Amino acid sequence: MEQKTKIHAEDGKQDLTITREFDLPLELLFKAYEEPNIVEQWMGTKVLKLENRKHGSYQFETTDPKGNKHGFNGVIHEFVPTQKITRTFEMENTRFPIQLEFLEFEKLTEATSKLTMHIVYRSVADRDQMLKLPFAQGINMAHNRIQDILNSLK
Amino acid sequence: MNLRRDVFQAIADPTRRAILLLLASQAMTAGAIAANFDTARPTVSKHLQILTECELLQQQQNGREIYYHLNVLKMKEVDDFIEPFRQMWDDRFNKLEAIMKNYKTEK
Repeated sequence: MEQKTKIHAEDGKQDLTITREFDLPLELLFKAYEEPNIVEQWMGTKVLKLENRKHGSYQFETTDPKGNKHGFNGVIHEFVPTQKITRTFEMENTRFPIQLEFLEFEKLTEATSKLTMHIVYRSVADRDQMLKLPFAQGINMAHNRIQDILNSLK
Repeated sequence: MNLRRDVFQAIADPTRRAILLLLASQAMTAGAIAANFDTARPTVSKHLQILTECELLQQQQNGREIYYHLNVLKMKEVDDFIEPFRQMWDDRFNKLEAIMKNYKTEK
């Protein structure tokens, strides 16, 4: 089966592209980025601030299982409903530099839509470091899935 | 008894997964790694040994200290290291899709 979410990251480059096709009309896809309470649900984070306009800013706060709080924030440079969002992204209290994100929303059919997310990092090393970050968490998720299967066989 | 060390075995343990996560952003000494866990220091050393044997970690001598860091090449070899990143986004987007489908039917 073809994967719905694709990552395009060329070796030695400081950017990457994430694309995803949704079984959702364009308006609903965009709403998931626009409404703070919906963002909270699918991003699994608390939305402290979300100003959907040029020169607006946003602030998210995520609490990990240990109870530690992690802050994320950025500035919105472009906000065109059902078309695009251009913003910066910063992970607070980490060594990761700020990244630039270009989000483009497209209508495919009446019932489907597509998101293209182009992320530019400060350097090639920073991009690769960011890509590596979910590795441990990723195998954690994979392991949980294996655990679920094993438990269901008991 | 010398069990064959493979990557699957290495990542099957939660402490070892936590060690990989710690080292994802920086190289650390065994002492600094152990300081993050309640487990006894020899237990952490054992985990580091297993991760090193299956080449997920590499040791680097720096003066009198030995630093452990992730072996990215091995990760690429084992499983394209982009895949977890893709999976993370895929999970988020699946959730978004499910939420908005409900949103649609609620209206």
